[in-house]
Amino acid sequence: MTAARQLAERHRFKWWEVLPWAAGIAVFFAFPNYLPFGTQVLITILLALSLDLVLGYAGIVTLGHAAFFGAGAYTVGILAQHTGWNEPFSGLAAAALVAGVIGLASGYVLLRTQGLTLLMLTLCTMALLEESANMAHYYTGGFDGMPGLKFQPLLGLFPFDVLYFRSQYVYALAVLLVCFVLVRMLVYSSFGQSLTGIRENLLRMHAVGAPVRARLVIVYAISAAIAGVAGALFTQANAYVNLATLGLERSAGVLIMLILGGYGRLYGAFVGAIAYMVLEHFLAKAYPTAWQLGIGITLIVVALYARNGILGLSDALLRRLGGGGAQ
Amino acid sequence: MDLISVALGGLTAGMVLFIVSVGLSVTMGLMGFVNLAHGGFAMLGGYVIVLSMKHWGVPFPAALAIGFAAIAALSVVLEKFLYVRLYRASELDQVLFTIGLVFVMIALVTLTVGPETQSVVLPEWLRGQTDLGFIRYRSYSLAIIAVGVALVLALWLGFERTRFGAKIRAAVDNRRMAESMGVDVGRLFTVTFAVGSGLAAMGAGLGAEILGLDPQYPLRYLAYFLIVVAVGGLGRVTGVFFAALLIGVLDFVLKIHFPKGGTMFIYALTLILLLWRPQGLFGKRGT
Repeated sequence: MTAARQLAERHRFKWWEVLPWAAGIAVFFAFPNYLPFGTQVLITILLALSLDLVLGYAGIVTLGHAAFFGAGAYTVGILAQHTGWNEPFSGLAAAALVAGVIGLASGYVLLRTQGLTLLMLTLCTMALLEESANMAHYYTGGFDGMPGLKFQPLLGLFPFDVLYFRSQYVYALAVLLVCFVLVRMLVYSSFGQSLTGIRENLLRMHAVGAPVRARLVIVYAISAAIAGVAGALFTQANAYVNLATLGLERSAGVLIMLILGGYGRLYGAFVGAIAYMVLEHFLAKAYPTAWQLGIGITLIVVALYARNGILGLSDALLRRLGGGGAQ
Repeated sequence: MDLISVALGGLTAGMVLFIVSVGLSVTMGLMGFVNLAHGGFAMLGGYVIVLSMKHWGVPFPAALAIGFAAIAALSVVLEKFLYVRLYRASELDQVLFTIGLVFVMIALVTLTVGPETQSVVLPEWLRGQTDLGFIRYRSYSLAIIAVGVALVLALWLGFERTRFGAKIRAAVDNRRMAESMGVDVGRLFTVTFAVGSGLAAMGAGLGAEILGLDPQYPLRYLAYFLIVVAVGGLGRVTGVFFAALLIGVLDFVLKIHFPKGGTMFIYALTLILLLWRPQGLFGKRGT
């Protein structure tokens, strides 16, 4: 296939893109005991996917992405606790709106900087939100968070709380699919192309007259809204929300997962989140005191030998075998 | 508490922060290498210092020297075998690598020593108070301040008055130009990396009473180290010094007067400072 044709057709769905979703459905039937864990993985994939949009495509390196996850999580929690608005789907919409507005406002202020400065500014913004949630005890429950939230049945049909993990898993998978299709469309649109341009050559994009900062702010807000949806899913699936949704640990963790999987390629979020969380889950079970050793060594080996994560490595292997590779 | 003792307490915290973070600023400025494992080296050094005092009865100053030497040596080995492979990699691969390294360090310390907080057994001559004429204050804090002041003077002289320092400054400002003038930036980096890690080790040991010392140390203070580096400006010793004092004093004072949400002011201040001067208080524009 010529390079030009490959470029023109790269937005088309390929046969292997069915696989992740088939696997997601297979897990539902094959591992009924792991569905609560599976739901957590799906939520993390969604957060990693939203990060990929800003980090992988627009080149915005942020350590504060959990700010939006937490904003969405708290939006749903506060609505359910204080106003009795506990219908799941409209909760997701409200979370997306709140997180998106915070993303728009903070992006407008912060995205004039780059590198270490931007990293620290996003981190500080998140820390400010975390401290605010800690101090607004009346609304957020402060340090203890809000346990025991109640949500309405899905579509008025399927009971929805921690015990009904089957409907939760399907719900999370469906939301992830919808968000993924949106992100995929966005990435291959002309808007997405201009983001890649900004990442690759900022100066040239300015020179050709692209509205660089507006594009960055918009994609930051969209990504924030998706992260907010992930946070809302977290609150709904666990029936609680606490300060950990807003913390540096979550931000750094999802960044690590995305780099581990491979950024800027949509499916890296899937591979990275699954690899990291499954490894962590089983290592922590087998070696409660030393699980970080296994994770640490994995990260070091991937950083040293696989440029651009696990998917980057598999691409290189496929190319060596004579195939075309995944991209 | 009166004003002077509050100021001294804040100064102590600031000095510890300075001693631990200064190496990070110089190595990041020099190579653009995102070394999130810096706090890990500090933590390991702190353990060497505290444990050698506890188990072998090594006197405090000698233990500090041992900690410095051990961590400087370790960082040279890691730099030669691992870090060097990632100089040309993207900063995200560097993040992945150094976070992995932190995880390994945390796990190894937890496995061999245990997860509990270590306490320093101070020698007799640091336990009491010293009369400065106008105030009596903890000898330990005063010793930390004295070490910090001596260190910043030594580093300042080293940077501003020696040939080696001039090379570092040149390489921070324009690495390619410095290299084309015959400066071996790779060797500069090895040396500054070793010294920086050694200083971090010393800082963690010296400040174990103030910042605490346990396996989670590198991750808990990562944000503080990065804030100090970003506010001070990359590769600026004096910048890191003033940024560390500013953050240390403010953090100390605010924790006393606003125990709830005191850290919020630190983050808000950093936000405002970095929006006002994105390159840091002492950094140069456009480098």
